[in-house]
Amino acid sequence: MKVKALLVLLVLSAMLAVGVASARTITLLNVSYDPTRELYQDLNRAFVAQWKAQHGDNVVIRMSHGGSGTQARSVADGLPASVVTLALAYDIDAIADRGLLAKNWQQRLPDNASPYTSTIVFLVRKGNPKQIRDWPDLIRPGVQVITPNPKTSGGARWNFLAAWGYALQQPGGSEARARTFVHALFQHVPVLDTGARGATNTFAQRGIGDVLLAWESEALLAQSKLGKDRFDIVVPSVSILAEPPVAVVDANVAKAGNRAVAEAYLEFLYTPRAQDIAARHFYRPRLAQVTQKHAGQFPVVETFTIAQLFGDWRKAQAKFFADGGVFDQIGPGSQPAR
Amino acid sequence: MALAKHHRVLPGFGLSLGYTLAFLGLIVLLPLAALAWKASGIGVAGLLDLLAAPRTQAALKLSFGGALAASLINAVFGLLVAWVLVRYRFPGRRLLDALVDLPFALPTAVAGIALTALYAPNGWLGGAFDALGVRIAYTQLGVGVAMVFVGFPFVVRTLQPVLESLDREMEEAAESLGARRSQIFARVILPVLLPALLTGFALALARAVGEYGSVIFIAGNMPMRTEITPLLIVQKLEQFDYPRAAALGVVMLGFSFVMLVALSLLQRWSRRWAEPSS
Repeated sequence: MKVKALLVLLVLSAMLAVGVASARTITLLNVSYDPTRELYQDLNRAFVAQWKAQHGDNVVIRMSHGGSGTQARSVADGLPASVVTLALAYDIDAIADRGLLAKNWQQRLPDNASPYTSTIVFLVRKGNPKQIRDWPDLIRPGVQVITPNPKTSGGARWNFLAAWGYALQQPGGSEARARTFVHALFQHVPVLDTGARGATNTFAQRGIGDVLLAWESEALLAQSKLGKDRFDIVVPSVSILAEPPVAVVDANVAKAGNRAVAEAYLEFLYTPRAQDIAARHFYRPRLAQVTQKHAGQFPVVETFTIAQLFGDWRKAQAKFFADGGVFDQIGPGSQPAR
Repeated sequence: MALAKHHRVLPGFGLSLGYTLAFLGLIVLLPLAALAWKASGIGVAGLLDLLAAPRTQAALKLSFGGALAASLINAVFGLLVAWVLVRYRFPGRRLLDALVDLPFALPTAVAGIALTALYAPNGWLGGAFDALGVRIAYTQLGVGVAMVFVGFPFVVRTLQPVLESLDREMEEAAESLGARRSQIFARVILPVLLPALLTGFALALARAVGEYGSVIFIAGNMPMRTEITPLLIVQKLEQFDYPRAAALGVVMLGFSFVMLVALSLLQRWSRRWAEPSS
């Protein structure tokens, strides 16, 4: 009897040991852009808990933040990102060009692989002293506009395209009209910071300019961090739907053997739980039910997408932001041909 | 006698030379070679196009012109500070001495943000200058201010040891021989200091030319006006245009190399000048 009991005990403890050993630790590296730091802290905590409950494995998610373009270059040059969560599709396209992930990456997840969105709004000083209501007000005499440099900032490219798209869609709108409008707009820009946070700093802390063109998420964050009594948010009549995309980096997850978790991680971003976290970090959720819950925070705004007006990011980048492109022709320091 | 054996204080010349070459090659030459190799992708025609672009020329002019002006200012005021720190004893001297190194230690972005906060129209100094009609932040002047800041310690730190070892008897002798103060400075002190001063100037210059982090915050970064060359390089990188980014890097290196060679020639000449007729 004693021997049998001992045997049972042995078998049990062996099973336990196997059970413990099978609770593996899986590491993911999420390479993201700057303003998502706090967002992913919360999202990661939720995902790790969920995966642990469902599969018993420990997931450790390491984060890397930086300018979207810089981050894309790092991944293209060998930073072993499992997933990338960047500011614009062009940066992920550049990684795909190196053969690290499939070229059709944007069709592999719903909604252009962008689980949350934002739009471009105006942050103005309290009480809106310059009475800025919509895009045309930005080019009134005496109005100064702060935006980062589209050549160095992904966020600023959304700003540029939002202004262009507005002008293009006005009655009688045309390429020529859009050119004139955006050229006039950049005549009102006194400083071109290299990144979005730098521009926010220039506007909020240095007191330069009357209006900051910003992602709604950044504007709401600035308002909540720096005080509602200092800034108002003005939502223009029409703006662009900013779609920050996410993707699994195929080559890296194949090497590390963590594709299943990486894919589950990105799919998790579309769940009500994650969508709610995104909304609390001022990103517009895709799920209607979650949007409804946070309706007070996100006023209804008519938006257009990159796909609708510009084809895709590769085309937009080549036409507007490449050397010698539209921005170089009509931006600050240019002498536009009439 | 051709095989006369040289006795060196430390043995192992061959080994240490080999080590020196290997280390220099690994740390300095290899990255530079990689840079040149990347840059070669655009060819000579591409390079000429790049150089001919008005924006490139404006940025190069600002980077090198600004650095030159900033290092000249640093040479004058660095000499003054080094002189005061070495020659006078006063309370707080050690603290001041420690402060000199601060621009070395401060992350450049922090320096840039601090300088911008100070010199912006709503900052302490910027507000006062604004009242006088002078804008500093977001102008070429601001670029210069940041460059002065990062280059300053080089001049002071290269001059200090030389000043300390300066033989005061020479000055006393000059004085007793009837030299005026300005003569003592120009004929006795300056010639001895000049090589170190030039070294400090060259270091400050090199640092200012390559400075990115602090300058971009205060510059305003407007094309053709306040855009430094390193920012142009970053812009090329943002477009994943590695060859042109590397080419601009090579151009900057080339200019810097020419300037540093010129300075070292000047230095050699100044040494000869310091040692009266051998």
